[in-house]
Amino acid sequence: MFKGGFIQNLPRIYGLYTGGFLVFIILMAILEQGGVSKEAIGIMFVAFTVCIYAVIGWLSRTVQVDAYYVAGRQVPTVFNGMATAADWMSGASFVALAGGVYFGGYGYMAFLVGWTGGYVLVSTLLAPYLRKFGCYTVPDFIGTRYGGNGVRFCAVLVLVLASFTYVTAQINATGTIAARALQIPFELGVWVGLVSILLCSMLGGMRAVTWTQVAQYIVLIIAYLIPVFWISNRIGGGVFPHLMLGDEVARIGALEQQFGLVKNSAADIKAAGVPGGLKSIAVSHTGVPEGGMAVWKYISLAMCMMIGTASLPHILMRYFTTPSVKQARKSVAWSLFFIFLLYSSAPMLATLSKISLMDPNLPTGIIGKPISAVMAIDWVQAWSAQKQVFIADFNGDGILQLNEWFMRTGVVVLATPEVAGLPYVISGLVAAGGMAAAMSTADGLVLAIANALSHDVYFKMVDPKADVRKRLIVARVLLVVIGAAGAYIASMRITSILGAVAWAFDFAMSGLFFPLVLGVWWKRATREGAIAGMLSGLAAGTMYLVYVYPKFMGNTWLSDMTGIDHLRFGMIGAPVCLVVMVIVSLMTKAPDAATQRMVEETRVPSGRAILGKQH
Amino acid sequence: MSNKEKHWEKTKNHMIITLAIWFFFSTVIFMFGAEINSASFLGYPLAYYMTAQGSLLAFVLLIFWFANRQEKIDEECGFGGEDD
Repeated sequence: MFKGGFIQNLPRIYGLYTGGFLVFIILMAILEQGGVSKEAIGIMFVAFTVCIYAVIGWLSRTVQVDAYYVAGRQVPTVFNGMATAADWMSGASFVALAGGVYFGGYGYMAFLVGWTGGYVLVSTLLAPYLRKFGCYTVPDFIGTRYGGNGVRFCAVLVLVLASFTYVTAQINATGTIAARALQIPFELGVWVGLVSILLCSMLGGMRAVTWTQVAQYIVLIIAYLIPVFWISNRIGGGVFPHLMLGDEVARIGALEQQFGLVKNSAADIKAAGVPGGLKSIAVSHTGVPEGGMAVWKYISLAMCMMIGTASLPHILMRYFTTPSVKQARKSVAWSLFFIFLLYSSAPMLATLSKISLMDPNLPTGIIGKPISAVMAIDWVQAWSAQKQVFIADFNGDGILQLNEWFMRTGVVVLATPEVAGLPYVISGLVAAGGMAAAMSTADGLVLAIANALSHDVYFKMVDPKADVRKRLIVARVLLVVIGAAGAYIASMRITSILGAVAWAFDFAMSGLFFPLVLGVWWKRATREGAIAGMLSGLAAGTMYLVYVYPKFMGNTWLSDMTGIDHLRFGMIGAPVCLVVMVIVSLMTKAPDAATQRMVEETRVPSGRAILGKQH
Repeated sequence: MSNKEKHWEKTKNHMIITLAIWFFFSTVIFMFGAEINSASFLGYPLAYYMTAQGSLLAFVLLIFWFANRQEKIDEECGFGGEDD
């Protein structure tokens, strides 16, 4: 059927795959018209896509070390870009980002800038140099550059802490989506999610994860963009929403004036019995909060997310898989392009969702209508039954006011197709997209942790004489163990006390950013400096978090005063790491001539990798 | 100056310029968010547009430009090879 090797045929293979997926969507639409139930369509969407990923995982199985750890270093730039984008965009990005923008307005959109701007740091400071180094894992670079198992172990520690905080949230998201789509209990959904994740990664390691992530990216971007374009055209917002929603944005501003932005008091919310986690619109859609503190909060959040991005191992390790240094750089650019497609659409989806609900001239508008009429709408009933939306008639006038309409953030993505009157097949598609986003990120994270433990701890420290077979068995056993640990914690439903996804970024930036960057850019950086920097940065950041976070020690006076709350504790950790690392490096003996030559060699884009092809 | 040193000198300068542009689009314009929001672009308030789309797009273009220019620097200094 195909001439030439697998890599040469990639565009054709994924082209066919995309076409097949579109045909599948059309088939589902026909079945819906033919009277097949919503539940059956939801199940088919999720089950079909997960089976495809599992088949790809099976076909990519390998018994070679460099295929398992770095996909044989032959992933072309554009495909690596798609895989990175899927790796990057989590279930939370997919499901909650538009909702965050919907409720949080300008202040929340610091996340958008942060989660994209970080790639500039990745491409200028790190990716090409780490690729030249030829390492298998991020701690592999730290351990070789600074020399010694102590420093390698510290890097593993930061990696595990940052990635594990993140992975539980992802497995939780897979569980939630699997449970809803397949109509099974959440606890079971978590384990179904885990099995799907392991099917994609266990047999083929990085190679399998790469090719499933490309497939997952295609599903998730189609699932995100179709509703955005469809709704925009349906309500007359313009053919190309990203460039044409100016009028709608202005209209939302006018409607906000008309209805009034009221912040409900906690007592009112409690008295009305609003379920936890549901919010009403209280922040202006486009307004910028005034004052120095607001500016600082915006900038510090964006900065934490950017520096955190450049320190997260599951992202950095994607650039170890390209064939050359040059391609690693290009690949970062493609990654950000594919991420941009989704992130720039999130505010548009938030705008469309808001205007659909708020504008009384649209048939979908509910604000300002009688509550009895609103309660009779199908989707309002369905989502109220699941405690995802809520109406509280505070002033008792029987008319739905803006501050009386409550929604969970995820609803903005999950329910908007229904709200805007799109057929159910689109909702099934969105569920499959959410599942793809959560699975791909969980895959990358579990693999990053398991690889660091199997390569850096087991092979480099415990048993350096282990043969290839034994190393790969250990790697796979660890993968299952880490995944099971994540699923176990997720199934206990304590993720709410584990805190936000943002913590992973703050942990990574506190411990890893400067040791990585200075490892390339400052020859004088020493092993002692790196160890001291990692440990003190991590300790300072963590202590600050424990001190200010309301669910721990809760000294919020400090975070109120400095503007640095639990989402931004990397602003404390990273500077401490930098200062300690520089001082200790200068106090200790400069690295030997061999290490300095190695750093110089890292900076040259051509020539052989520092570490051999198999190590 | 050896070829390697010349290459590293140019690479460093290129990095600094790129990060200066990055800093402008990620931080400097949002220092004046409230001030620039009365201006409009494509019908959107300017600060809203930049955080929703403008800065994101700037980063994408910036990284492509960075990679292309760095490749030219590599070639000038004779490090343009494709080998591993």
